[in-house]
Amino acid sequence: MKKFEIQNVKDTRSGFGEGLTELGRTNPDVVALCADLVGSLKMDDFIKENPERFFQMGIAEANMMGVAAGLTIGGKIPFAGTFANFATGRVYDQIRQSIAYSGKNVKIAASHAGLTLGEDGATHQILEDIGLMKMLPGMVVINPCDFNQTKAATIAAAAHEGPVYLRFGRPKVPNFTPVDQKFEIGKAVVLNEGTDVTIFATGHLVWKAIQAGEILAEQGISVEIINIHTIKPLDEKAVLASVKKTKCVVTAEEHQMNGGLGDSIAQLLSRQLPSPIEFVAVNDSFGESGTEEQLMTKYGINTPHIVEAVQKVIKRK
Amino acid sequence: MADIQKLEQIVSQVRRDIVRMVHQNNSGHPGGSLGCTEFLVTLYNEVMEHNPKNFSMDGKNEDLFFLSNGHISPVLYSVLGRAGYFPVKEMATFRSLNSRLQGHPTPHEGLEGIRIASGSLGQGLSVALGAAQAKKLNKDNKLVYVLMGDGEQQEGQIWEAAMYAAHNKVDNIIATIDYNGAQIDGSTDEVLSLGDLKGKWEAFGWKVLEVDGNKLPEIGKTLKEAKSLSGKGTPILILMTTQMGHGVDFMMGTHKWHGVAPNNEQLKSALAQNPETLGDY
Repeated sequence: MKKFEIQNVKDTRSGFGEGLTELGRTNPDVVALCADLVGSLKMDDFIKENPERFFQMGIAEANMMGVAAGLTIGGKIPFAGTFANFATGRVYDQIRQSIAYSGKNVKIAASHAGLTLGEDGATHQILEDIGLMKMLPGMVVINPCDFNQTKAATIAAAAHEGPVYLRFGRPKVPNFTPVDQKFEIGKAVVLNEGTDVTIFATGHLVWKAIQAGEILAEQGISVEIINIHTIKPLDEKAVLASVKKTKCVVTAEEHQMNGGLGDSIAQLLSRQLPSPIEFVAVNDSFGESGTEEQLMTKYGINTPHIVEAVQKVIKRK
Repeated sequence: MADIQKLEQIVSQVRRDIVRMVHQNNSGHPGGSLGCTEFLVTLYNEVMEHNPKNFSMDGKNEDLFFLSNGHISPVLYSVLGRAGYFPVKEMATFRSLNSRLQGHPTPHEGLEGIRIASGSLGQGLSVALGAAQAKKLNKDNKLVYVLMGDGEQQEGQIWEAAMYAAHNKVDNIIATIDYNGAQIDGSTDEVLSLGDLKGKWEAFGWKVLEVDGNKLPEIGKTLKEAKSLSGKGTPILILMTTQMGHGVDFMMGTHKWHGVAPNNEQLKSALAQNPETLGDY
């Protein structure tokens, strides 16, 4: 098992903020919108440097999505930011009609996704957003795993022509991917090569998958770990190549089992390479208040659950 | 600058286009379309500075129009076609398979003149505001127009947008409400009354003008007045009273023709009331 050095511990939303600040300096077409959550989305530096390119929307997310769509008419590249819950479910039809169907170049910046939002509880812990967004034709869905990757993904999203859903989170997590990484939308990243099983993980679960891989290595299990930072379009080639070798799969994500990364992988494999698969995801449940570690443990998406899923799926080979 | 006679000719032809389009597939929304004919004909032929022969999605340095109540697509398609955005014969494909003239307008099929999809109500004003703010960023002093329905005023997003526009002094937008007092289930008073619509918009910080939307010279005058009021720190709204089905006697004064097509006999009668002036498609 390859060793991953933790450079520091940072929140992915700060990676978004830094990426946006850099875009503010390099791309005059980039504008930002926020629905009363500037501090939470780490937009302060962008706003300080580009006050005329920032739009404070107030607590009015539906209007924000429409205004973002309108700003693209005139050549702007809007990043519309709020919590993931209010950036998706609350405004699904606005995104569907004014952005996705209209083919608008809007970047939806969705922070505080999933259980790791923590103490605010289930009203704010959306676990359905990946499913909602990936169902929209033409929508790119990105869920980077750490600070560096979120920054790189933000910059890559601006360069992509078309709607993008960029999902990130609240807690500070290990920052371990290269600071100068090139982020390629739709390109999976093989973190560790192995032969017994493939773990496809996304977002915060990528680090958990690495921890699981270390435990499993001690048990003599050789784990291939692949970071699927782009859930749509899925890197089908990378998925199939790995599963051809390992012949069984665990998916890991901070999302409902219905509609998440696991769904996308299972759909591909059932068509092209039927293989035993186990899903580490929230199973048809809302979250609740708690610390992120408590919640990930209670809802079955922590390191031990990945270890257990691997042991189970290998037996099914 | 078109004279009234020229506008009247276009209006008559557009009314023919509307009823013929809706008739051909027995599908579409004639009532609101007919009611807004004078408005859209005036806007596109006398007021807006636009570029029908060289359509660009960005629409830089030209006036833009957004239709929020997308179900009145027949009138928009006819006005766009007659203005030269696309060949008028394409109207024969309205609501048919593989058409660019979808039931509700969309840029998805690449139809010139359409910059946003609409149909699900309440979204057009927000989009228009974004386009207006992009114009300001681009130092583009042209204007953005948007038309909404009155039933659509029941959507919450409209009021989010109304509040936002005044706060941000978006004064390069001229919004219009088609105030025909009717929606699918009956009159707006019966379904969910709009109350003092003028007072509401004024309370939200907009400058409100009123006009009879079925009187040609008045519309032109009011739109020009609205234009003269732009750039003064206040968004502008025109509360435009119209009659649903205007110009086709049996469709007037009832909400029954909101989304119903005329049969062969009714079509004949409607066409007899609106002479062919520019050549049917």
